[in-house]
Amino acid sequence: MHYHWNWGIFFEMSPEGTGTYLETFVWGFGWTVATSLSAWIMALVLGCIVGVLRTTSSPWVVRIANGYVELFRNIPLIVQMFLWYFVLPELVPVGIGDWLKQLPDAAFYNAVIALGFFTSARVAEQVRAGIQSIPRGQRAAATALGLTGLQTYRYVLVPMALRIIVPPLTSEFMNVVKNSAVGLTIGLVELTGRARAMQEFSFQVFEAFTAATLAYVLITISIVLLMRWLERRVAIPGFIARAGAAH
Amino acid sequence: MFSDFDFDVIQRSLPYLFKEGMTFTLTITFTAMSAGIVFGTLLALMRLSPFRPLATVAGAYVNLIRSLPLVLVIFWFYFLVPWIGQWITGAERPVLVGPYLSSFITFTLFEAAFYCEIMRAGIQSIPRNQVAAGYALGLTYGQTMRTVVLPQAFRNMLPILLTQTIVLFQDTSLVYVLSISDFLGAAAKVAQRDGRLVEMYLFVAVVYFIMSYGASYYVKRLQTRLAVPR
Repeated sequence: MHYHWNWGIFFEMSPEGTGTYLETFVWGFGWTVATSLSAWIMALVLGCIVGVLRTTSSPWVVRIANGYVELFRNIPLIVQMFLWYFVLPELVPVGIGDWLKQLPDAAFYNAVIALGFFTSARVAEQVRAGIQSIPRGQRAAATALGLTGLQTYRYVLVPMALRIIVPPLTSEFMNVVKNSAVGLTIGLVELTGRARAMQEFSFQVFEAFTAATLAYVLITISIVLLMRWLERRVAIPGFIARAGAAH
Repeated sequence: MFSDFDFDVIQRSLPYLFKEGMTFTLTITFTAMSAGIVFGTLLALMRLSPFRPLATVAGAYVNLIRSLPLVLVIFWFYFLVPWIGQWITGAERPVLVGPYLSSFITFTLFEAAFYCEIMRAGIQSIPRNQVAAGYALGLTYGQTMRTVVLPQAFRNMLPILLTQTIVLFQDTSLVYVLSISDFLGAAAKVAQRDGRLVEMYLFVAVVYFIMSYGASYYVKRLQTRLAVPR
């Protein structure tokens, strides 16, 4: 028995009645990009805040921020998605719970929130490492200039740290895109979900997965190019140029 | 909120959850770790090989796998392995593999790409003169690697290899998409049968948290103990 290749399948109508298989893939691509970008923005904002809190001098704040990171890092992403999607609506008052369950695109919001928190813990770890890698003299200099604690972070430490950690953030950015595929377990019809659906309807397994694979490789290459450009733009003069940025 | 929380459902399903579910989760974790580190080291040696085609093939494999979501890779292998089996054995039709065996193969080959990058960094961190010294002593390439470079690379990278294994341990929960009864899969089956999603998923989260946190705490202690004064 040989596998029957049929690349024309992409131009046939999908039984869902929403257009050709190719169109369903374009939609899936759109959901993957939308989910990843929303979660990435959320992760950057939360990650910066928590990362900064972990470098403050108040032991309790540091402890709570560390707890936040450990909490979101030590539970598998799929379990976190289930907690947001299945468990949270049952734990809040009935009215809110029902509203949550009836939300249109609930899978999308839940995937974004779960992925956002999950990734924010990783970003926080990078931000903390970035801030701690800045020479201690800069904080002292900021204080000597009369900046308050908040101003020191806002104008000196965070801008420096973010520019230093662009390379590790690149791989976190790619992880967000890859992890968005876990959303299919709560019914998000992103790229992998689309490939899976096409495989079930048409039995053209390998065409479906090849298309999804190419789409992910395309996204990965775009991110690498974008971040490489960003890395060059924001490189800090006077710091040892990152060897990775050159090629 | 917790007034109708049913602890009994957890207690009733404990033997099933751990004897069946957690046993599978740990088996696949340790299998994929051991086999993944072996294949990963081979891949790393290939990537560092002066023989170009070998380095290119290994590099392409590692980069491709690392740019794909694990869920997609799980599906890929689930459908691909039977056809590869047919190709190897020359059988009439695709070989029946089933989700369990296919998940073991998937995780081993997927993790090999990640272990490869760790081992590559480990090998590259060994001073070049050590290799030269090995050759000067008359050791072959294989002997130099086996007795000089790899033991040190492995030791230096042990904390990172273990951290990657904790990630692997959490990632195995994704076999849920093949309806396998790993720890999460077993809990999900009980949850759906008894309509007790809240209790079961919270319990699963707590167990994963305790195990992962405990393991990463141990790795952190190991890291300080292993640190070699240079």
